[in-house]
Amino acid sequence: MKINRERLLAFLLVLPSIVAVSVFVYGFIAWTLRVSLTSWRGLTPTYDFVGLRNYLLLLEDRRFSIALTNTLIFTVLFVAGCLIIGLIMAIFLDQGLPGEGIFRSIYLFPMAISFIVTGVVWRWLMNPAMGTRLSGLNLLFDSLNLDFLINSWQSTPRYGIAALALPAVWQMSGYVMALFLAGLRSIPDELREAAQVDGATTVQLYRHIILPLLRPVTLSALVILGHISLKVFDLIIAVAGKQVQLDVPAVYMWTTTFDGNFYARGATIATFLLVGVSIFIIPYLMYSVKTETKL
Amino acid sequence: MTTDALLKKRETVISPSLRKTRRKAWIYIPLVFMAVFYLMPVYVMVITGLKSFSEVNLATMWNLPTSINFENFAEAFTKLAPNFANTIFLVLPSTIISSFLGAINGYVLSKWKFRGADFIFTALLFGMFIPYQSILIPLVQFMHAIGLYGGIPGLIMVHVIYGIPITTLTFRNYFAQIPTEMVEAATMDGAGLLRTFRSIFLPLSIPAFVVVFIWQFTQSWNDFLFAVALTRNTSYPVTVALNNLAGSMVVAWNVQMAGAFLAALPTLLIYIMLGRYFLRGLMAGALKG
Repeated sequence: MKINRERLLAFLLVLPSIVAVSVFVYGFIAWTLRVSLTSWRGLTPTYDFVGLRNYLLLLEDRRFSIALTNTLIFTVLFVAGCLIIGLIMAIFLDQGLPGEGIFRSIYLFPMAISFIVTGVVWRWLMNPAMGTRLSGLNLLFDSLNLDFLINSWQSTPRYGIAALALPAVWQMSGYVMALFLAGLRSIPDELREAAQVDGATTVQLYRHIILPLLRPVTLSALVILGHISLKVFDLIIAVAGKQVQLDVPAVYMWTTTFDGNFYARGATIATFLLVGVSIFIIPYLMYSVKTETKL
Repeated sequence: MTTDALLKKRETVISPSLRKTRRKAWIYIPLVFMAVFYLMPVYVMVITGLKSFSEVNLATMWNLPTSINFENFAEAFTKLAPNFANTIFLVLPSTIISSFLGAINGYVLSKWKFRGADFIFTALLFGMFIPYQSILIPLVQFMHAIGLYGGIPGLIMVHVIYGIPITTLTFRNYFAQIPTEMVEAATMDGAGLLRTFRSIFLPLSIPAFVVVFIWQFTQSWNDFLFAVALTRNTSYPVTVALNNLAGSMVVAWNVQMAGAFLAALPTLLIYIMLGRYFLRGLMAGALKG
């Protein structure tokens, strides 16, 4: 009897959170879907029904395809940059050299800073001005005789978005390093010793034993970086403002909805964004919770 | 044993690791190179902020200031002070409420599992990954409808609600390590759910509280999207104000740098003081606590 009453109390304690998330996550997602099926533009909501018209229009929208291409370029560079730098730095730090703690802290601190601060600083570092007005990283390259590196960063036609992956990698690669380092530290020493006794070289040890064991960590890192990349908004606003050629869906949704008041189209972009994230988040979540409950 | 022999003995004991270190010394080259890469923006922020107004010159932006000068920091602080106040009024309540909510949820979902608890947990977690653009239109409408649009209290509520997934996850992972027998033993002794939570789990959960505190603090301090969508001019938190400051042509860029540094300082200090917990918090974000 008492146990039953306690079970009811347990449920009642989490109920507010369940209700809040049901409304603010699931309810609002459904509401956004509904808006995407209307012709709502302007400040007064209109809840008519136009079917999938907004989706079809969006697929023909030149600006949306720029945003998608930009996201693709950004994601590939950002994810690859973070994974490569993160893995290499983690392997170097795992060698047990003196001073490891200091390096670890230096690599990780950008995580604590907001994308807005990062963006405000990097927009000066990536100043595209040329000639006598050279400044920022270009000026640094010039004084180090690395002139071939001088470029116009986010102002580069068509591929400007690639420059924005640099501050993003600056901010997140240390985090990936920490993930990999934790993964490396969880590999038992016996395994390395056994491989060395069997005459494996360092390269063979990493290639055939350590890297395969890091696969779960890599998957986690991939999912986290992937969803950050699709959601990136603050950083682009802070570095570049709202420029069409640097649009990504998250920024395009904002300008369409809140600057242009095209609510129905904004909701449609938001739905695309949500589907893009869900495609890999939902299987990952189900896999994670399932493997965890098995343990 | 003579001193000489002692020294020799010590040498043989320590020399293998020393030799190993020396053989690997080249690794310091990439390590230092990357450290310079990560510190470079901070260097620019600080030295630019410290330069006097007459030294503002893009051509010498990498040079150290000729004299140390705090006028930019003072000016940036005067401009951003109301926004810092807004951020503090936002961050403290949202962090504290989130922590306790997460603790209760994590406790129940790990130790008092009812039917469907795991499903509910998974469903909650999804809220952590959604792009917030996908709930933004209804959110703004809803906040208008309940009269919480434009102020800090509404923003606190939003941060608490969208913080539920990550705080619940952290506490659930943490409490999962505490043996369930402890709950059973306490129940045998006649302690109920709340009593067990208060006298056994709460005292044990300080590390988890620190992790969640740091996480929520940085999240709400650094947030931009919710802030720009749900606040007005007078209630802008510091991230929105800083972005506006940087976008305006009339504010000198060394004042912008000083402002950026000030806006980053609180989370940086927390990171420096509680860094090792911060790392753990990040791990929790990776789902594999």
